[in-house]
Amino acid sequence: MNLKLKIWRQPNKEAKGKFEVYEVEATPEMSFLEMLDVLNDQIIEEKGNPIAFEHDCREGICGTCSMVINGQPHGPMGLTTTCQLHMRHFKDGDTIVIEPFRATAFPVLKDLVVDRDSFDRIIQSGGFVSVGTGQAPDGNSILIEQEVAKDAFDAASCIGCGACVAACPNASAMLFVSAKVAHLAYLPQGQVEASKRVKRMVHQMDREGFGNCSNTYACEAECPKGISVENIAKMNREYFSSVIGSQKK
Amino acid sequence: MIKLDAKIPEGSLAEKWKKYKSSIDLVAPNNKRKLEVIVVGTGLAGASAAASLAELGYKVKAFTFHDSPRRAHSIAAQGGINAAKNYQNDGDSVYRLFYDTIKGGDYRSREANVYRLAEVSANIIDQCVAQGVPFAREYGGTLDNRSFGGVQVSRTFYARGQTGQQLLIGAYQALSRQVSLGNVEMYNRHEMLDLVMVENKARGIVTRNLLTGELKSHAAHCVVLATGGYGNVYYLSTNAMNCNVSAAWRAARRGAAMANPCFCQIHPTCIPVSGTYQSKLTLMSESLRNDGRVWVPKKMEDVEAIREGSKKPTDIPEDDRDYYLERKYPAFGNLVPRDVASRAAKDVCDEGRGVNKTGLAVYLDFEDAIHRYGKAEAYSAGKDSEDGELVRKLGTKVVEAKYGNLFEIYEKITGDNPYVTPMRIYPAIHYTMGGLWVDYNLETTLPGLFCIGEANFSDHGANRLGASALMQGLADGYFVLPYTIGSFLSKEIKTPAITDDSSEFKRVIEEVKTRLENLLAVKGDRSVDSFHRELGLIIWDYCGMSRNEEGLKKGRKLLKELKKEFYSNVFVPGEMNEYNPELEKASRVADFFELGELMIVDALHREESCGGHFREESQTEDNEAKRDDENYTYVAAWEWKGEEEPLLHKEPLEFENVELKTRSYK
Ligand SMILES: Cc1cc2nc3c(=O)[nH]c(=O)nc-3n(C[C@H](O)[C@H](O)[C@H](O)COP(=O)(O)OP(=O)(O)OC[C@H]3O[C@@H](n4cnc5c(N)ncnc54)[C@H](O)[C@@H]3O)c2cc1C
Ligand code: SF4
Ligand code: FES
Repeated sequence: MNLKLKIWRQPNKEAKGKFEVYEVEATPEMSFLEMLDVLNDQIIEEKGNPIAFEHDCREGICGTCSMVINGQPHGPMGLTTTCQLHMRHFKDGDTIVIEPFRATAFPVLKDLVVDRDSFDRIIQSGGFVSVGTGQAPDGNSILIEQEVAKDAFDAASCIGCGACVAACPNASAMLFVSAKVAHLAYLPQGQVEASKRVKRMVHQMDREGFGNCSNTYACEAECPKGISVENIAKMNREYFSSVIGSQKK
Repeated sequence: MIKLDAKIPEGSLAEKWKKYKSSIDLVAPNNKRKLEVIVVGTGLAGASAAASLAELGYKVKAFTFHDSPRRAHSIAAQGGINAAKNYQNDGDSVYRLFYDTIKGGDYRSREANVYRLAEVSANIIDQCVAQGVPFAREYGGTLDNRSFGGVQVSRTFYARGQTGQQLLIGAYQALSRQVSLGNVEMYNRHEMLDLVMVENKARGIVTRNLLTGELKSHAAHCVVLATGGYGNVYYLSTNAMNCNVSAAWRAARRGAAMANPCFCQIHPTCIPVSGTYQSKLTLMSESLRNDGRVWVPKKMEDVEAIREGSKKPTDIPEDDRDYYLERKYPAFGNLVPRDVASRAAKDVCDEGRGVNKTGLAVYLDFEDAIHRYGKAEAYSAGKDSEDGELVRKLGTKVVEAKYGNLFEIYEKITGDNPYVTPMRIYPAIHYTMGGLWVDYNLETTLPGLFCIGEANFSDHGANRLGASALMQGLADGYFVLPYTIGSFLSKEIKTPAITDDSSEFKRVIEEVKTRLENLLAVKGDRSVDSFHRELGLIIWDYCGMSRNEEGLKKGRKLLKELKKEFYSNVFVPGEMNEYNPELEKASRVADFFELGELMIVDALHREESCGGHFREESQTEDNEAKRDDENYTYVAAWEWKGEEEPLLHKEPLEFENVELKTRSYK
């Protein structure tokens, strides 16, 4: 199949970027990233500068791949990361527009590569349980209902890709932050620090320059792991009770 | 000159670690604050080590080439993590886990290390639960287990099919906490390109900032490598694309011995290669073999018809199918260990009976399982168990409940629906047992250089059991290294802060710079990937599932020729001082060339078959692997000598607690 690609090229953080047009021949079995590999091979053959994009596991779990394809983060297929997208979902003759995730808190570093360090800093602000190595009681001394374990797991399956931010008209990080808050707040191990955690993480999120949540739910629709906006509701409850709790004190 | 001293503590197996812990020299808290440790790699092993060392009070600098520690390859592990908890009351014990690991490794690992691994395994689960890892639970709220990898007890803890992800997130969060407390300085997007030795001690590293290209040195009292395995030497593997051997290899070039490099694990159930553009292979969990039956057609005409597309697998009648694992291994059937299943697939494909265009695929068929489960369901629901359609429907549901997410992955990648047409699978490289040689302290042959996780050779011998890599990585990082590093650091409390202004640091930076400049200067005509692909094929063909003297020699020759071409014809676009993934790849592939050669040398010298290493010259009459305990019960630790032949050092393995037995699955 012959494809026309309009790809965002930007040499570095400071530079102004622009779209450039490429043509590539792909086969339906290829993954989207393999199609870009083929294009890069072509560019290298012509001694050009290959397109920078990030990827690692290529099986939808590391959260590294991160591009917007035809206006959608991770492309047209639901519950699918870019690296899991295959060319059989495109047609011969298609034009595909590829650009980086766009958000103030995710500056573009080069071409399709963005800086997502802000996510790390949010986790560092409180997304953990304060338990040192060797301090843990026996695993079965903490009983956890299957349903609770399931809810915690669902929230914990976030891969930190940032598609939720890229999808949001306000570039809000609520879905990502709430997934972590909820994961730990569901579990008894995490409840001890729950109120401190939510306040710190929300504060850090604001400091990083992410926008506010206006309940458009675009994040949930584009999240490749199906993280639910219920987590946002849970986080809001956690947040309000933590604020009220601290006022009482 | 390398001297191997495993430093195994005295005493009975069960006493060694306890005694060691109570007798080791401790470092006082006020001194810990003055001691700096560099940890390279923040996967399961590195993140758990960095967090634990920082909690103890050491000053830690942690490095990863990823943009965040949460992206390490450990994230991709699916199946689970072993621990001798005996929660199921099925007779598991530290000894049994130890024994299974030694036997599974085909008696090529060190008893004392493996026993310690089994001992600390239980603590890992406790630690992870406390961090909030959402392991699977039973109805009563206790932790659930499953059995994995052909052992007789249920000791595998899991979090759906995403165990690695959940464990890594746990370790990453523990690490993040230490970063926020100022105890760990975290360097993302920094790739270690060399090791710095000062007065014969590992005192630092040279890194390249992958965003700016800046080369910089970092100094500390000691260095820990937790940089993962080298499966990507084969180019196509189940490893993440950026996994590489450079950190370990650079240490080997500075004098650290590399142990058993030819011990690689090939996983039998991966999605086959579909074209030359292919970039990686995807693992399909081993658990599928519990219900899937492996087969190829008996007749060549059927094979050809399938490849042309004029026949579908479902058109082949039962009698014309060769369920070769069931035929060859009636006792274990489709559940034979990884290496046996992989070789059997290779054999039938070598005979020309592979079932896709490339001829490198076999079927994994769930039709029987669907039928069997469907009948049982219909029967227990009081419905007509002769109603074919109903049975199919019910059976499909059961299979979906068990393997739904795997079937989905498969369909996403191949476009085929495995509920109606059998999966196609083929073996792929998955894990490397070999790695830097370490003693009981996890210290390499270079003083002050430690190595943990998949990067070292320590615990899995010639073959690793399923769900044991996660266990080993976390054992090393949380519970072993934080103690054993004291063996070195307790002697360093009077050493003032190490700085990077000595001539050694400057020299190494210059060397790295020259190396990268040379790669950029070639300005040839071939892409880095094209060399990597070809290198991978050489290693796969001659040092893969099955090896023989002639092939290995040929492989070595081909490899040398390709290496020569690489240095005269590679094209690396871009500049040194910018974000340049092609330059990163070029420098990694350069190291893979040398490692690949050492793998071949090692495979050539080991004239026995054991675990993942199958030498065609050493097989029984019925073509099974034949170990040679008399001559090869040792660890092969290689000293790299540059242009000269690598030098072999042997660490004899002594088995005082188990009897060496032949594996048989007939
Ligand atoms: C698909 C798949 C499934 C698996 N499933 C299981 C399973 O179910 N159970 C099980 O027990 N095992 C499993 N394994 C094996 C297991 O996942 C790995 O062996 C283990 O996670 C390795 O952990 P590690 O910490 O040693 O290395 P890694 O997780 O590979 O981490 C390496 C780290 O080192 C860094 N690094 C490397 N080189 C450099 C450098 N030069 N400079 C700076 N940083 C560097 C990387 O950035 C990364 O942070 C599986 C493996 C694969 C491929
Ligand atoms: S919530 Fe979903 S979209 Fe957002 S970072 Fe997590 S996995 Fe990605
Ligand atoms: S590359 Fe890992 S999720 Fe896409």
